[in-house]
Amino acid sequence: MPCIEARGLRKSFGATVALDGVDLTVETGRIVGLIGPNGAGKSTALQAILGLIEYQGELSVLGQDPWSSREKLMREVCFIADVAVLPRWLRVSQAIDYVAGVHPGFDRAKAEAFLARTTIKRSSKIGQLSKGMVTQLHLALVMAIEAKLLVLDEPTLGLDILYRKQFYDSLLNDYFDHTRTIVITTHQVEEIQHILTDVVLINHGRIALNLSMEDFEARYFEVMVHPDRLDAARSKNPIYERRVFGRSVMLFDTLERDALAALGEVRSPSLADLFVAVVDPAGAQAQGVAA
Amino acid sequence: MSANIHPRPYLQSVRRELWENRFLVIAPLAVALLVLAAYLIGTLHLAQIMMMHTQNHDGSTAAPPAGLPYSIGEGSVLFTGIVSGIFYCLGALYNDRRDRSILFWKSLPVSDLTTVASKATIPLLILPAIIFVITLLMQLVMLGMSGVYAMTHASLVPDFWVQWPFFRMSVILMYCLATLALWHAPIYGWLLMVSAWAKRVPFLWAVLPPLALCIFEKIAFDSSSLCGMVLNRLAGWYPAAFNSFSQNGIPDQFSDLAPKQFIEQPSLWTGLAVTLVFLAAAVRLRRLRGPL
Repeated sequence: MPCIEARGLRKSFGATVALDGVDLTVETGRIVGLIGPNGAGKSTALQAILGLIEYQGELSVLGQDPWSSREKLMREVCFIADVAVLPRWLRVSQAIDYVAGVHPGFDRAKAEAFLARTTIKRSSKIGQLSKGMVTQLHLALVMAIEAKLLVLDEPTLGLDILYRKQFYDSLLNDYFDHTRTIVITTHQVEEIQHILTDVVLINHGRIALNLSMEDFEARYFEVMVHPDRLDAARSKNPIYERRVFGRSVMLFDTLERDALAALGEVRSPSLADLFVAVVDPAGAQAQGVAA
Repeated sequence: MSANIHPRPYLQSVRRELWENRFLVIAPLAVALLVLAAYLIGTLHLAQIMMMHTQNHDGSTAAPPAGLPYSIGEGSVLFTGIVSGIFYCLGALYNDRRDRSILFWKSLPVSDLTTVASKATIPLLILPAIIFVITLLMQLVMLGMSGVYAMTHASLVPDFWVQWPFFRMSVILMYCLATLALWHAPIYGWLLMVSAWAKRVPFLWAVLPPLALCIFEKIAFDSSSLCGMVLNRLAGWYPAAFNSFSQNGIPDQFSDLAPKQFIEQPSLWTGLAVTLVFLAAAVRLRRLRGPL
């Protein structure tokens, strides 16, 4: 059974269509990056997965309908949105007590052990903690829960690079074990590229691209084209072209890496470059014309 | 794999409400301490207070009713508790939408029904219990103070300063709190529903629409049935729950209580039915509404 299965998932807010027929399958044990520009529908998709909003179409998370059985689902699903969601009045000790008191899968010892590695005091109110510490606390709570799916919506927004690195290190080393599934949205694509197993590009409420990182690495190549091979390169239909230090860099969707070598220096693109190429084809054309 | 065998979402959520809203205890407690401070000062110059009464009134018939400071203290704590309860309800399903912490609460396996039930428990059960305990403790300390005074000034202590049939008045207080909670239940239900619904200023949404409807009804149909219903709900508790007004308006005899008459009031039961409707709507709204 896939962890998440959506068929024709639709959601509109008044006249605004946030999700426009999304088909998506996320298998168990994957780390999926859900990437898209602002307003693409990422958060709406996550809200639907978490049972926070009603939707049209079919959606099954861990075999359940999130809207009708959020309470049951949340025994096996954890969620960290950007750091503002822990209430400021709550004390660290109360946060642990409450989650321990309501969650059947919470292991207090694990949470305490994780917190012991931080400088967070039990008696502090969340309002007194720094943003980085609040995220550490939330992560400590989540890592102590025996969950099957972890949903992260911009989990490291506003954190400095040290905290961001720690966050993803903890996630990979202490949490992820291939029986769990993680879905992440973030704008800092470069930082999570190396931990993902799959990437889903979402744009205008639709899935623009959905592929595994192996496929991504096997299919997409970036070529810094020799100035005298420009026409030859363009005839091979690059999906994107940009200028770097006066030279053309083209992105190709092809399996024939060897054929590209004749055009210039070939390398693997970053997800961010692919993201721009897929969500901004108008910009790509404009740049192509300008070049 | 369960690390935690007995989760208690409802009880934990009630406890959580008390963590968040400490004013529910602190406000009545502060008023009780204020009453005690005033009583202490009064005890220290009781002679002057007695002098004033004998100067103003001639004879013992006009003396203040027995236990007057106790009743005033009790009334003050009760009033503070009710005001606290109203403010609690208005924020209960609104504040966590405003600070977005609703996303955290909803990421835990606690149903919207449990959440609303735990929040309704506060004004209907927890707050009356808090008022009861604080009032009891306050009156015990008052009796202690006047007891010490009476031992040293036996003949000088007037009835109104020391006469407080503690056990009987505690039972009457409990009856008052229970009937009051039941009678006001629809008000709390209404406030919780508005709190779950409002995008801004829940207090105004709770107060102005009913007021506007009352005015509309009066002008358009020259009728005031809605107004009468609201007023009865606000102030009709006393005649519904008590037999008679004793001279000073304070029920102090078991014979003043009218439990049978109270539970036979049809408007009590329609009120409770309306409460359930409001709370059901609050559960539904809690499910639909996200952070603001």
